[in-house]
Amino acid sequence: MIIEAKDLDYQVDGRQILHQLNLGVTKGDYLTIAGPSGSGKSTFLKLLAGFLTPSAGTIEFQGRAQESYPIPAYRQQVSYCIQQPLLFGRTVQDNLAFPYAITNQPVDTARINHLLKAVDLPPRYVEKGITELSGGERQRVALVRNLLLEPAVLLLDEVTTGLDEASKQIVLHLLETEHQRGKTLIKVTHDAEEIEAAGHLLHMKGGQLINEQ
Amino acid sequence: MSSNLTVSNLSLVIAALGMVLAIGISTKEKLGLHKDILYSVARAIVQLTVVGYVLKGVFHVANLWLTLALSLIIILNASWNSYQRNGKQKRGFWYSFLAIFCSTTFTIGLLVLSGSIKPIAQQLVPITGMVASNSMVAIGLAFRAMRTQYQQQEQQVNEMLALGATAAQASKGILRESIKTAMQPTIDSAKTVGLVALPGMMSGLIFAGVDPVYAIKYQIMVVFMLLSATSLGSVIAIYLSYRSYFTERLQLKVPR
Ligand SMILES: Nc1ncnc2c1ncn2[C@@H]1O[C@H](COP(=O)(O)OP(=O)(O)OP(=O)(O)O)[C@@H](O)[C@H]1O
Ligand SMILES: [Mg+2]
Repeated sequence: MIIEAKDLDYQVDGRQILHQLNLGVTKGDYLTIAGPSGSGKSTFLKLLAGFLTPSAGTIEFQGRAQESYPIPAYRQQVSYCIQQPLLFGRTVQDNLAFPYAITNQPVDTARINHLLKAVDLPPRYVEKGITELSGGERQRVALVRNLLLEPAVLLLDEVTTGLDEASKQIVLHLLETEHQRGKTLIKVTHDAEEIEAAGHLLHMKGGQLINEQ
Repeated sequence: MSSNLTVSNLSLVIAALGMVLAIGISTKEKLGLHKDILYSVARAIVQLTVVGYVLKGVFHVANLWLTLALSLIIILNASWNSYQRNGKQKRGFWYSFLAIFCSTTFTIGLLVLSGSIKPIAQQLVPITGMVASNSMVAIGLAFRAMRTQYQQQEQQVNEMLALGATAAQASKGILRESIKTAMQPTIDSAKTVGLVALPGMMSGLIFAGVDPVYAIKYQIMVVFMLLSATSLGSVIAIYLSYRSYFTERLQLKVPR
């Protein structure tokens, strides 16, 4: 198991969102999570990314408790793509240089260009102001940003929502490529097609992840 | 020198007509401020009277320790005020105190060491008051700017954290903006000093019959002092307190 949730509980304002949730994800898995709005899918990803602290239960990454890792290093490995990213700073470059800046590495322009190409954005887009991007372009830049440092696990929160068919296919193709390259993907989606095509599908129901086949 | 400075009780009463005017406006415009005006005027009279006699006593005794103690009380008051006005955050008093204390003592220490002012009560106490109050205002601005920015940029900060940024890395822009906001009024007022406002220190000296050219030197010194105190104060306050917006596990917690 690369990532494992054990008896996970999460309560907020006296409401039980997740209850006794158990999930083990093997390395290289491409897991799709579906479920109605408000069922706790984002909450689960936020717990995995360390943005929320479970009320009870544990999360393990590579056999060790999440708390045993320095959280920045953990998040570089378990990379969370937030639902509806805004991007920060002024330009696309600000966003793409950031992962390198925080890890004291020189900016790898070749890798940036390679990934931009993979999401069908021309290299000159790095100069663009973030306010000049369409929603679909912003989502793709955000995805590139999460991939630059080669995380082991990708947590994807509705990364295709609101994208047109072409952008959606580009994003899905990139995810498939990363899956082929051995990354572990945990993807939340409402998209019927994606759910249909999912290899490993779980549903969020009653605060738990269940197999509905 | 003080012969031309006489404020008789009668002239004070005449000047109090200003307050009556303010109450008149409050009543006519239904501002509901007259209670507040009367209270603040009463407070000002009591505070200033007490301070006047305390200063007289301290000047008379002319003891360095007593002077320093009085300066410390001023700094403590400024810190308490800043703490009260800025949402009473956890450890906020100590952050304010450290910021005001360090910026004030550093600035004034420099002036004393250079011989610009003498470590006597007549010089030290009023200068401490001026520097500490400016530092206090700057810190208040810095705190408020920081809070607004964390509120407005909550998601952007979260996106940086999601990429594995530390609290410092995710806050860099916010800290820079907050310090800038805190320093801006001091910089702006330095630009217009003398052209619009004749500052209190300079007016006071001229009032007391000092040669304006001589008074200017002091005012220039004050400009330097305030720049140093507000920048130092806001930097210390911001760097001490930004971490309290994050939990141990680097989750951003913005107060609403
Ligand atoms: N900070 C919070 N305070 C109170 N309730 C919250 C908070 N965050 C989430 N919730 C509640 O938790 C529940 C689960 O939210 P979550 O965002 O995980 O749903 P979701 O499955 O991702 O939904 P969607 O598909 O609409 O994105 C919702 O009912 C939501 O109202
Ligand atoms: Mg969600």
